[in-house]
Order: sequence, then structure tokens, then C-alpha cells
Amino acid sequence: MLYDLRLKIAYKYAAKAGSSRHIIRVTPRELPGRQRTIVSSLEIAPRPAERSTFRDSFGNEAQDVFLRGEHTRFEITVRARIERQAATPLAFPDARIEALEEAIRHHRDLGPDSPHHFKARSRLVRPGQETTGFALGVLPEGAGVVEAVRRIGEALHAEMIYDVNATDVDTPHEAAFSARRGVCQDISHIMIACLRGVGIPAGYVSGLLRTRPPPGKERLAGADAMHAWVRAWCGPDIGWIEYDPTNAIEAGDQHIVVAYGRDYSDVSPAKGVLRMAGSQQSSQSVDLVEADPAGAPAV
Amino acid sequence: MPQMMPNLPPAIETALASYTSLPGIPDELIDPNGQIRPVWRAFIDLFSRLSPDELASRFALGDQYLADSGVYFRHVDGGTSRERPWPLSHVPVLVAENEWAEIEAGLVQRADLLELVMRDIYGPNRLVAEGSLPPMLLAQNPEWVRPMIGVQPRTGHFLHFLSFELGRSPNGKWWVLNDRTQAPSGAGFALENRVATTRMFPDYFQSSNVKRLEGFFRSFRDHLLSLRGADATVPAILSPGSHADTYFEHAYTARYLGLALLEGEDLVVEKGRPMVRTISGLRPVDVLWRRIDSAFADPLELDEGSQIGTPGLVGAMRQQGVTMVNAIGSGAVEIRALMAFLPRICRLLTGEPLRLSNIATWWCGQAKERAHVRDHLDAMMISPALSTRLPFDREDRSAIGGKLRTQAVQTLQGLLDTEAGYLVGQEAITLSTSPAFVDGALRPRPMTLRVFLARHADGWTAMPGGYARIGRSNDVTGLSMHAGGSCADVWVVSDQPIVPERMTGLGDVREIAGDETELPSRAAENLYWLGRYIQRAEFLTRLTRVFDIRTTELGSSNPPLVEHLTGYLRFLGVEPAENPPTAIAQPVRSAARCSRHLRDRLAPDALVAIAALSEMIAPRPAGVSLALHMGDILRQTIGFSGLVREYMYRSSGWRFLSAGKALEGALSTCSLVASLVAPSAPPGAMEAALDCADSKLAHHHRFGFDMSCETVTALLCLDRRNPRSLLHQLDQLKLHLEAMPNAAHDGIASPLMRAFMKIHTAVAVQTPQTLDAATLLGISRELASLSDQLTATYLS
Repeated sequence: MLYDLRLKIAYKYAAKAGSSRHIIRVTPRELPGRQRTIVSSLEIAPRPAERSTFRDSFGNEAQDVFLRGEHTRFEITVRARIERQAATPLAFPDARIEALEEAIRHHRDLGPDSPHHFKARSRLVRPGQETTGFALGVLPEGAGVVEAVRRIGEALHAEMIYDVNATDVDTPHEAAFSARRGVCQDISHIMIACLRGVGIPAGYVSGLLRTRPPPGKERLAGADAMHAWVRAWCGPDIGWIEYDPTNAIEAGDQHIVVAYGRDYSDVSPAKGVLRMAGSQQSSQSVDLVEADPAGAPAV
Repeated sequence: MPQMMPNLPPAIETALASYTSLPGIPDELIDPNGQIRPVWRAFIDLFSRLSPDELASRFALGDQYLADSGVYFRHVDGGTSRERPWPLSHVPVLVAENEWAEIEAGLVQRADLLELVMRDIYGPNRLVAEGSLPPMLLAQNPEWVRPMIGVQPRTGHFLHFLSFELGRSPNGKWWVLNDRTQAPSGAGFALENRVATTRMFPDYFQSSNVKRLEGFFRSFRDHLLSLRGADATVPAILSPGSHADTYFEHAYTARYLGLALLEGEDLVVEKGRPMVRTISGLRPVDVLWRRIDSAFADPLELDEGSQIGTPGLVGAMRQQGVTMVNAIGSGAVEIRALMAFLPRICRLLTGEPLRLSNIATWWCGQAKERAHVRDHLDAMMISPALSTRLPFDREDRSAIGGKLRTQAVQTLQGLLDTEAGYLVGQEAITLSTSPAFVDGALRPRPMTLRVFLARHADGWTAMPGGYARIGRSNDVTGLSMHAGGSCADVWVVSDQPIVPERMTGLGDVREIAGDETELPSRAAENLYWLGRYIQRAEFLTRLTRVFDIRTTELGSSNPPLVEHLTGYLRFLGVEPAENPPTAIAQPVRSAARCSRHLRDRLAPDALVAIAALSEMIAPRPAGVSLALHMGDILRQTIGFSGLVREYMYRSSGWRFLSAGKALEGALSTCSLVASLVAPSAPPGAMEAALDCADSKLAHHHRFGFDMSCETVTALLCLDRRNPRSLLHQLDQLKLHLEAMPNAAHDGIASPLMRAFMKIHTAVAVQTPQTLDAATLLGISRELASLSDQLTATYLS
């Protein structure tokens, strides 16, 4: 599937902010065999005094941006044409959850995709009795890992009410889970806590959803802003799979991956430190539409 | 004492009468045969000849030195934190030079090894790939800082300054109890320990061969200088700030080595390198001796919640624009579990065994090791594998000899099953004992050595002595100072005579002494406000004293004056019925707060004066009048101002302090004259104003007994010869502003100077007749906005 993307993230400050430094992670990832960027651009306003690119420890492309002097807005615009393949069927039989522990122990690697990073609690995900109990409650005896990921994802989808007013970006996932309400960030964090709680390494995916559904299909929830879903490590053979608990589907050719991390704090699209007295307002707009292979980008 | 030699001098026998070493535990002073070890002989000989009174007065000399220098550490107990005097154990620990040389050789090897481990865990990760280091010990290690993965320090080295805690095992050998790689503290305190012990035992130092500490610091300072890039700037200590428990040491070390003392807020990263916000704008700094923990150093890439870091510092490391001593992420090799793997890693990476063993450690994440721990629980300390604390620190989860310290929900066996990877077993060790003077006699107390290692061009050098921790009781868990332990000097005694060396006069002192214009803005701001607060406290104290005297003397005979003064005080926020008045306590507390950030810039006497001033802000006892209490406070503020005027080096810091005093002085004179020197003011008000400005004699001298609004206004506002006058304060302010950076450019005055000149001139052209209350209040407003402009120009 070929897509044209336009993503705009804008911050408006009530009072003038002084010089500020930001790390941004907004450009789609290169995933050999799954996702490829044909052309892309990144615009930042006001024009940064400094801008450099580096690859973070999870393999994401990050921009280090410095805005000098007073400013009242900060805007990021990404335009890209991306090719995304549909998920391929699993080529290996499902592994047993109990076998993961041993497999991880023998995994002598700490590269960006190593399951070791995704096992324990992280800054924003704290596996606890509530989530682990919930996960164990929906798992059949002797469940496989992939099966467990789907069961837990479906159960969470059924349990949680998608509600954009119930939480904000700083709400702990425990609170969202008690209220059984939240958005993709909350639902993903809860699912990660559930998976880690039962011994399945799990991480956070930030990305984008197709904004205009294919004919005859419903628009997916979370398409109007940056989206989040979950990846889980299913043993050395299958490796990572991605699941979108907000929509109860496996992430496929309607999902564009931007960044991988342990939780939102590793991948937040724009992280910044400002000297500022007043409040700030942020907005996001996303267009991810099917592209005409022969034409110029549609957005 | 077992088997004491019969031919000891009686004085020594008496001195050691209470010294009973513990069975099975080696003692530093007494060898297993009951003999005094040779290295101690001369010292014990001297010590035993001192009478109890002589000992007391010698100890007092050392304590007095520490008190006068303001040596303290911050003690945090529950929610409260306060400064505590440095707990010096007056008896040093003596170590023979040849024994020390073995310790040093072992630690040099260990330091090189830790550098190799750092290079690997932030680089190719061979140790994990080859199975020499379980990946979990990095993946879940809170100090393994992911943003540093792949970052190469520009000098090639991650580690430059380390410390190690050592204990002596029952077989007499030293072993390493922990490694401090994050931001080791104590070296500055070691220097202070040494000065204190030199004061206590000057006669011993003259005749003995105790290794000096200065050379170690000089060589490390040279190393810091050598790490600088092309546009050489003064290396700086990066401190978490005055709330840190060892802030005294940061300020002291900065002062001693001629380094800048910075906090995260002082820095901004531009073009991949840290810049200091100074009164002259941004100035580069590229060597930071980091005393702030990694996680807090950069809120952008590390702990987002950090209020004390600098956004972009990790990026500066990535772009090789700064050398950090030690690199961000160096705490990763402090974890206890690493000790289980270091012996093998050492052979793997260096081809040699560890020269100095560390405490035997088993990581419970491995089945065989876990079984070993389980089978030997009685001889084990069980504690968190990823902890970086000392083995004896109190931790809820530690267990010694199979017993959990706190009532745990789970049994130890249960914990070993469920949390195996998070636990280590360490051999439950004992420490050697060394003499401490307790309850009037020498008694053996458990002891650990802290040994500091610094890098220089050719490798590592150990600081020869200086720091040991002494337990309060015979329980090893009491070693921590927070648990009542104390700190002793360590003397490394040579067979050869020692050539004394000093810091001063060596190396190029000017090179390091920092340009005057490089005063960090935050320090300038603290100095400016210190000046303002002290002056405000002085003014309000004088006014309150005048009020109390008037009220007591006149009582009901002049109600209009008392009422007027009361109204004026209330207007200024002073409630004389409060004990002490809050409005006076506030500026004093604020001044003290500013001074805490200025430990590296104010002389110890000035710091002591402000501390004494703070202590006076307490309810006065019954029978002491308000006027008397105010008089005491006043004398203390005047004392501080005198120190500033007479003794403070005329640095740009002094300018800001003095400018703050002058501006606040001008403001208070405006207020005083506008309120008390007016035709509408009741009789006696003008006299009170003169009293308050300490100008009664001058008035008499100039005008005799004639007193009018004009004469008082002339003296308090327009008479340049009166140091309390408005015009004199503005004259002073002018001198300070003119001397500040960029006061003029190509002969054109800066906007700040122009704004000031308008005020100055507006006052200078007045006459006593034209200078009325409304004009004075207008001048006050202009001065307040001048202060804002000064802040915007230099202090932010």
C-alpha cells in the first residue's frame, strides 16, 4: 500500500518562551520488508538555530532542535510518501509463555530490539496486581504467546471505553485502568503492563493510522492524531508482533510506524525544555491517504 | 588486652588500658601477638604522654578549625534536612607505606578494568555477547543510561576520578567493598580532615613521614586543565546545588583548586557545547567535574522531572563538545552484582587475576550461585543486586546471617525464588578495628578506608590517605555518618622523609584563575540580592528600634507620633508585637539563603556572620526589650557590611553585592523621608527619621538646633558627605554600574546606564524645597524598574 502523509504538530504558548531545546521523533521508520519511506521532509517553525539528527538507543531517528530567542509557537510538519506492506502470516508455531523466560536468558544481546529492554517496569509502565490479574484472567491454560497477546488485546478492547476526555498525557495507566476509560496511549500502556506482568516482553509503538478507510470499511479510532499500539516479543522464532488494542486488530497496512520504545516517554513526538511562565496549547493534525503511484503527493 | 608485651612504657599501658581487641577480628593498632604495630609506635608514644586536659585541648583545636571553616555535611532525616558539623574522629588511622603501595597497585588495576568495562557496556557489548555479563544487569540497571550507548568520550576515557571503600578481612587482607564511579565524594573532606589533624598533632607531623595530600590534587588539577579544548576555559565543578549533602565539599574543592562552581541552571548548551550564563553573556566551558547524578544532569534525555539539570548535556557528550568527569552513565559499574563477575571479567579483559579481591558476591539470577547462597544463608548478606549502596548501609531488603532486617512479608527463601535476579548474596564480613577516643579512652571501632584515585597523563594515582569511616559501636551497620559514624584522617607513613608540597606557587596560577567578567549570572544574582536583603534587614531593624525607644520613652505623652510610626511600620509590613517581627525575619532568612549558594565566593568569616545573624532571628527571652533585641541584630548586620567593605576582594561579585546594598539603601531613604519628613508629619517624626538614618550628630553639626523639613531633607537626601543620604547611595551605585561589563560601548552609555543617569540627575538637580514626598516616591518607582533592568541585563 502506498500512502501520502502530512502530519502537523503545533504548540502555542500563552507567554513568550525563551530559548528552548527539543528532541523530536516524528519521521516514519525504515522497516526492511515492511515499511519504506520513498521521500520525506520535515519542517520546523520558527526556523531552528541548530538542528541535528541522531539515532536513539531503540533505533529511532531523533532530531535535536534548538530555538534561539523568544518565541510563542513551535510547529512541526512532516510530509512523506511511504510504502507499507500488509502483515505476513506467522511462519513459526506459537511458543509457550513458560518457555520465554529461558529463551530470554539465552538472548545475549542488548541491541535496540532485544527483549531484555522490555521485560521489567519502565518510567511509565508499572506491571501490578490489577493488570497482571486481569491478564491471567483472560488466558486459557497453557496459552501460547501470540494467542496471549491477541486474547489480552481483545479483552482490553472490550473492557476499555475509548474516551478522549477521561485522561490526559500525564494520567498514570493505573488510573485509566480503574476508570476503564482512556485513549490509545492509556490502552497501550495498560496492555504493556498486562503482557510484562505475565512474562511477555512488550513495548510501545508510536505511529499513524490511515485517515480515510478503504471503501466499505469503518474509520479506525485514533486516526486524527498520532496513534499508539503495542509490540510483543513472542520468542526467538516469531520475534516481535504488533497489536493495536484500541481497535482490536493486528497492526497491518493501515498502520505506519514512527518510533519504538518501552513506553510513551521513550518516543514522545516532541519533548522539550522551555523557560516559560504561561500555559501552552497543543494541536495535531494527520492526513494519511492512499497515494496515486503516478501522481504527485496528495497532501 | 591479650598478651600485651610486658616491657611497654607505663604511659602506653595506661593509654591502652581500655583497648581490648575483639576475638577473631584484626586490629590496626595491635597485631595478633598483642604487639603495637611498628607504624603506630611513635604516634601512640606521643598520644600516651598527653594528659586528659592536653588531649581535650588538642581535640578542641581540631574541632575549632572545622567550625571556623564551616565544614558541614547536610543530614537528611525523614522529611527534614539540616547542616551538621563534620564528625571528625580525632584519632587517625595509620597505614605503612609498603602496605599502601599494594592497595594502590590493586586499585589502579581495578580502575583500568572499570574503564574497560565502561567502554564495553556503552560500546560493542562483548561482555554480554560472550556470556561474561548477564544482560539483565544492564537492561535493568538504573544507571545504565541508554542515551549514552554508542557515545564516545572525546578524550577516550569515561572515568577520571574514583573512590573505593576497603575493609580488612579476618585473614588480614584488604578487600574492596564497593566501587564509586558516579560522582565520588569525600576527597575535599579528606583535605579538611588533614588540616584538622595537623592542628591537633603538629609535633607529630614535624618529626614523622606522613605522606602529604596536596600533590594528588595538584596533579588532578593539571589533568582537568589538560582536558580542555582549544579555547581554554576554566574547568568547573557541576554541583546539584546547596541542598546536596556534600555541597560544602563542592564549594570547598572549587575554591581550593581554582575551579568554577556551577549548577545546571548556570549552563545552556549551544552548538553541542555547554555555555555558562555570565554577567558578560555566554562563555564556553568544556570540562565539567560532575557531582550531579547522571539521571538529573539532562531533563531532555534523562530524568524529565529534573529541576537541576541542563537540557542538551547528553547531546553535548554525543557531539564531543564537553568532557565530563566522570562521563554520564558511569554509575552503571557501581552495582553490587557486578562484583560477582569482575574477577572473571578481569582475567578475560586483562589476562590477569584481580590483584585486590572484592567482597565475595554471588548473583542469585544463576541457578548454581543461587543454590550456593541458599546453602550458606547463615554466612551471607542478601541484598538488592542492582543497588549501588555500600554493603552496610541500612536497606529494608538486606538480610544478614539469614535474618531479614525488617519484618518482611516473604521469607528469605521465598524471595530467593521469586526475585532471584534482583538479589545478590555477599559474604557476611567483619571489618578490622582501629582506635577511636570514646568516653575518655582509646577503644577499638570497626573501620573502612575510602581511597580516591585520579587519572593523569600516565594513568592513575591514589590519594595517599585522608579518609576512613569509623563505626559508632561495634556494629558494622553504624559506619554511615547518617547513622552516627564518624570520619578519621588516614596517615600513610613512609620510611623516607617527606618533601612538603603546596598548591600555591606551583603551576600557572593565573591561567586557572578565571576572568573577572566570567561571574555566572546566578552567582551575581545571589550576591545582588544578598546586598539588598541585608540592607533591608538593617533598615527595618533600625526603624523598629527607633519605634520601640519612642514608644517606651514617650508612652502616652506623644500619641500622634507613636501612631504615625506604628502606621509607617505597618505599611512596611512590620508588626512590632510579633516576636520576632516576621518582616525582619524574612529578609534575614532570604540573605542566608543567598549566602548558602555563595560558599565558594564569600569568606568563611562572612558566612559565619550571616549564620550568626540567622540565629538571632528567634523569640527574645522575657525581660529583653524589642529595642535591645533589634540592637543586637543591627550590630550583626553592621558587622557583615563592615567585612564586605573592608575585607572583600574588589571582584565583580563585590560590585553586585555593593550595588544591591546601595540601591536598597536609596530606596529606604526615599521611603523614610517621604513618610517622616513632611509638614503633615507629627512633631518628633523628623527626629525619628534622623535617628533612623543615624544622622542626628551630623544634623547638629551642620545646622545646630534648627530643624526643619528643609534641613532634614538636605542632610538625608542631598548631602553627598552623609553616607546615608540618597545622593551618596546613588553616587556609589554609579561607581558599581560603571564598572560592570558593557556599561558603555564605543563611548555610548548602555541602556541601563542611561536609565540610571536619568534618576541620578533627577535627584542631583533637586533642592530641599523641591524634593517633596511625591517626587521621592517617583524616584522609588524609577529605582525599582532600574533593578528590573539590571536583572534583565546581567542576572538572567
